[in-house]
Amino acid sequence: MASDTLVGSQQEDAYEEKNVHEVYQQIAHHFSSTRYKPWPIVKQFLTDLKPGSIGLDVGCGNGKNLSVNKDVFIVASDRSVNLARIAQRHQPHSTVVADILSLPHPDSSFDFAISIAVIHHLSTPERRISAIREILRTIKPASASAPGGKALIYVWALEQKDSRRGWDKGDQQDRMVPWVMKGTASAGSEPQVFHRYYHLYQASELEQNINEAGGHVLDSGYEKDNWWVIATRPCPKSS
Amino acid sequence: MKLLTANFLACAVKGCKAAASSYPLHFKDAELEMQEVDFQPEFIHNIIPRVDWEGLRVMANELGFPNIPGSKPEGDMLNDEQTLRDLHKLLLETHVVDGKLCCGHCGHEYVIKEGIANFLLPSHLV
Repeated sequence: MASDTLVGSQQEDAYEEKNVHEVYQQIAHHFSSTRYKPWPIVKQFLTDLKPGSIGLDVGCGNGKNLSVNKDVFIVASDRSVNLARIAQRHQPHSTVVADILSLPHPDSSFDFAISIAVIHHLSTPERRISAIREILRTIKPASASAPGGKALIYVWALEQKDSRRGWDKGDQQDRMVPWVMKGTASAGSEPQVFHRYYHLYQASELEQNINEAGGHVLDSGYEKDNWWVIATRPCPKSS
Repeated sequence: MKLLTANFLACAVKGCKAAASSYPLHFKDAELEMQEVDFQPEFIHNIIPRVDWEGLRVMANELGFPNIPGSKPEGDMLNDEQTLRDLHKLLLETHVVDGKLCCGHCGHEYVIKEGIANFLLPSHLV
């Protein structure tokens, strides 16, 4: 029923507001101070772009991936105003505040998009697939003469038995993960613990989500506790 | 927010994307500020072919820059340093620090504060 769906999606909205968005607003500065190095696959993807390419960084966080390539132009976005403000300093790029499910960009316009460690914060399979569909909507579809735009999507893996969290195949995928912000020594305050919602992806789940969103998996892999996919939009005629 | 950025923005409301009037968005009560950005001629040269020129003309006109060339500079014109400097100034250094961006289709207004536009929608528009 339509009304049930609406209520359902509003509840999920509220859930993510409390368990993802509000947390990032509060931990923005501490989070940012711990995130400074782009991951190798992300760095490679951005470095390989043709100069003059135009793209998106959806869920840009503090903008650490905006420092990789200054020969392309990136419109970055984040749901957190505080993180978007931190990300704004990376010239020549630009930052706006936006929701991954309603991106403020025209259809079929971009040469590339990245969304790094973002999709795993959406709390249902439908919302994760919608987010991927929304990113794919913005990139150029493939045509007979051109390959179209490429999207790099990166999510946290369930299979990470060598990480300090130690999760592995068979463990629960939907979790609240603590973020500990130590109190300042001078104030002698207690450490503060915030909990963020995550959906931990298992092997081949991200590829399935891409397919369900109407995308085509060009390449995929595993890098240090994360699954990644490079996806394209199939030629409208052939799909 | 740079004028170049505004060239790649549309209304966040799903139903507006298909409507021609949803692009470009329209500035309202815009407060401008010039912010220096390093001049990279190659960057401007490579970016220009990707700019929606008509969209840029509409927006620039609304901000009080009526003298944008009628057609997009191409070929040899893009090797002229003064042309590239002028475009650099317009696209990268002209910032809207406060104001609104409005959709010509649904009329929704997005607030720009301290140079950052906020496209989060109220729940009834999602």
